[in-house]
Amino acid sequence: MKPGRFTYHDPTTIDELIGLLGSLDDAKLLAGGQSLMPMLNMRFSQPDHVVDLNGIDELAGITTNGSALKIGAMTRQAALLKSNEIADQIPVMQAALQCVGHFQTRYRGTIGGSLCHLDPSAELPLIALLCDAELQVAGPDGDRSIAMGEWPLAYMMPSISESEILKSININPWPQRHGFAFEEIARRRGDFAIVGVGCQLAIDNGVISKAVIAIGGANQVPYRLTEAEEALVGQPATDDVFAAAGEVARKQDAMSDAYITAAYRQRLANVLTKRTLATAAQRATGE
Amino acid sequence: MSEQNNDEREITLTVNGKTYRETVETRIHLADFLRLQLKLTGTHLGCEHGVCGACTILVDGEAVRSCLMLAVQANGSDVTTIEGLADGEELTPIQKAFSEHHALQCGFCTSGMIMSLTAYIAENPGADEEAIREAISGNICRCTGYQSIVAAGVAVAAK
Repeated sequence: MKPGRFTYHDPTTIDELIGLLGSLDDAKLLAGGQSLMPMLNMRFSQPDHVVDLNGIDELAGITTNGSALKIGAMTRQAALLKSNEIADQIPVMQAALQCVGHFQTRYRGTIGGSLCHLDPSAELPLIALLCDAELQVAGPDGDRSIAMGEWPLAYMMPSISESEILKSININPWPQRHGFAFEEIARRRGDFAIVGVGCQLAIDNGVISKAVIAIGGANQVPYRLTEAEEALVGQPATDDVFAAAGEVARKQDAMSDAYITAAYRQRLANVLTKRTLATAAQRATGE
Repeated sequence: MSEQNNDEREITLTVNGKTYRETVETRIHLADFLRLQLKLTGTHLGCEHGVCGACTILVDGEAVRSCLMLAVQANGSDVTTIEGLADGEELTPIQKAFSEHHALQCGFCTSGMIMSLTAYIAENPGADEEAIREAISGNICRCTGYQSIVAAGVAVAAK
């Protein structure tokens, strides 16, 4: 239960980091350490090199450029939870953050670490997907931008190469007046969720004008419930309409493991979709 | 890399008010550094993958899992462990409350519980019972003595 031998590197700038990544074989990037450290301790992962990102100040922090919020990849989950900007503009992210581990792990855990680890039931990839986040990635050939929708390639496999680093998560918040909700079911508080659902709704005169729904934990990667999103627009914000969206969630493919069947995940996706839409509708209309 | 090539660094940090300058193997986690190198064995290790909470300590005032940080990452930090709470014989309010409410049985989880509650109540004075339960939801007590632990936390938060 101790990490195997590795060589430790602690670059202080992104340039230095990119140079290192180009010169090292078998390196792991250490962000908040709340997933990598357990894997190192248990020797599931035995890299030759560990590159610590915690000394790179330019990777952390929340800034506003125009309308978009730019969240540095090394911004701690605790910092996001305490941020007034996030509270005002992306409240659904804070609702989800309360379900991320425990307050003791949120002091270290980072948003970028969560997005790169890409656990299927993790809350922050789901929220990034829900918010149509654009991810800024730096590499030896400069920066590139990638939509969160294209980020998950497969189970725990983000679209990033070993020579690249996730720099920031950029989100255009919805206009002030919208409803949001996040809910998940986990076996115990703070455990990885079995299924989690987040949504945002805009409602004009009782009619849904915009809807987004993201589901995590149900399948190998989090996904958007686009069929239901499109069907909701133009509909009244009623329980029947939300029940129909829940049925769409139930029909999606789901994964099965030693503990939880696919059918149960589909059931949770259905129930949580209905529930979060109802909560979001109440918030959207100020009821 | 060669067989016996131990990667080492020199670190300087403050633990419970005392400054240490130590050479550490970079792969050693902070909990093992505290226990094995500084002989501060009040910090306990249960699971070593961040689930049980027994190793919770304060790093720069924030409660963290010391098994999920490398010792080298604590370079320059101000660390507080269970040994650093009491002022001589004078216990902190949370330590006193644990005693008064019989909030320890075997004692294995106690240091993590107390460090978690110390940080949480400092940041959330007046926390109610539900919040206290949430605060220790990441600390496992295998004696299952949660009622007394919650009672101790609630008593201190209410003061």
